[in-house]
Amino acid sequence: MGEFDFSVWQPSLPFIRDGLLFTLRLTLVAMTGGIVIGTLLALARLSPIAPLARIAGAYVDLMRSIPLVLVILWFFLVIPFITGSPVGAETSAIITFTAFEAAFYCEIMRSGIQSVPRGQVNAAFALGLGRAQAMIHVILPQAVRNMLPVLLTQTIVLFQDTSLVYAIGAKDMLKAADVVGKNYNRPVEMIVLSALIYFAICFSLSLAVRQLQKRVAIIR
Amino acid sequence: MIEIRNVSKWYGQTQVLNGCNTHVAKGEVVVVCGPSGSGKSTLIKCVNGLEPFAQGTITVDGVSVGDPKTDLPRLRARVGMVFQHFELFPHMSVEQNLALAQVKVLGRSVEEAAARGVALLDRVGLREHAAKFPGQLSGGQQQRVAIARALAMDPICLLFDEPTSALDPEMIGEVLDVMVELARTGMTMMCVTHEMGFARKVARRVVFMDHGEIVEDAPVAQFFDAPASERAKSFLARILRH
Repeated sequence: MGEFDFSVWQPSLPFIRDGLLFTLRLTLVAMTGGIVIGTLLALARLSPIAPLARIAGAYVDLMRSIPLVLVILWFFLVIPFITGSPVGAETSAIITFTAFEAAFYCEIMRSGIQSVPRGQVNAAFALGLGRAQAMIHVILPQAVRNMLPVLLTQTIVLFQDTSLVYAIGAKDMLKAADVVGKNYNRPVEMIVLSALIYFAICFSLSLAVRQLQKRVAIIR
Repeated sequence: MIEIRNVSKWYGQTQVLNGCNTHVAKGEVVVVCGPSGSGKSTLIKCVNGLEPFAQGTITVDGVSVGDPKTDLPRLRARVGMVFQHFELFPHMSVEQNLALAQVKVLGRSVEEAAARGVALLDRVGLREHAAKFPGQLSGGQQQRVAIARALAMDPICLLFDEPTSALDPEMIGEVLDVMVELARTGMTMMCVTHEMGFARKVARRVVFMDHGEIVEDAPVAQFFDAPASERAKSFLARILRH
């Protein structure tokens, strides 16, 4: 083993940037899609229609009981089998993460919806709002505010978990670092660099969540 | 206006309402009182269908509340309700609280709803608080906003579920003043409350409940001066002592 040589960081930056852009895109799409689908799943789980609640519950339990790497691999292998044509590692990763994260966001939204007091629901109904209107204007806005710190923390976890797409060879930041590290024969230096970038982004996001939490908290 | 006939309700094995009969005529104020757990809050929540009931009928302005064919949201939009814990929407400003159902349920324009909201805030003496959030107001102020929110729907009657029970004593007066003023304008009101001064001042009748039953339903003077039942006598003795 020789000395560390961090001069490899300089030529790697364009590759790291492209990888990071994909990582961020994957995170944002999976977060948005995951929260939207997760909220719908939560509504289904809380629905008085028993079969709907059971199907949503089964989906959530399934996703939460399988390691993410397996879901990533499984989707990558199964989607071409169903559609008849390969979709590419990037598209497959986006679909997988959205579907997987939806299960986690579902549970967060479910507890958020249940955290809204019954009296608020009664007040909405007493004004003549229907179920959907009460949900949209009274319950969900409060549920999201109550759960915002948890939603964002889950998103930070999601950002880190996107590194698992190496399993199907999608070109995220870690993959870029890996490729550059192999080309220049400096794998350790490149792993250090990607760890630093992950840390810098996640740590600043955590600080931002703390600030945001103070600003959006409902005055009671 | 409100007709309650033979209404019974159970929570599992426990009967919480037992053959309740009473009515509130147009322009009348009726006070419902009784010890805690007597079913008075449950009964008033049955009137706008927030609580289902197993037996009997309730009609409001001729519409049957318990009928599965009844469009409950539509009926509730015409029946105002004020809650013990105010239940203003904490994520919305006072003016947004007042506007929401006007716009979403009655289909009023945003400007029309805002104008109506300001006029009602003026009426309850809170015009300068329109932009504040509920958490920035005192309990008494929140309850006055809640009354304004109910009034914004131009209700045919108002239901009050212990509107002053969660208030500090010094704030009870400001809420009762608004309610007295409303009563004097001829608003039809059914009020679950222990404020016997309010009852004497504006109520036509007092309904006394105990163990899910309506024990007495009498004109105000008669209820206070010569309660017929022992249960009402001991209740009055307990709450009027101080």
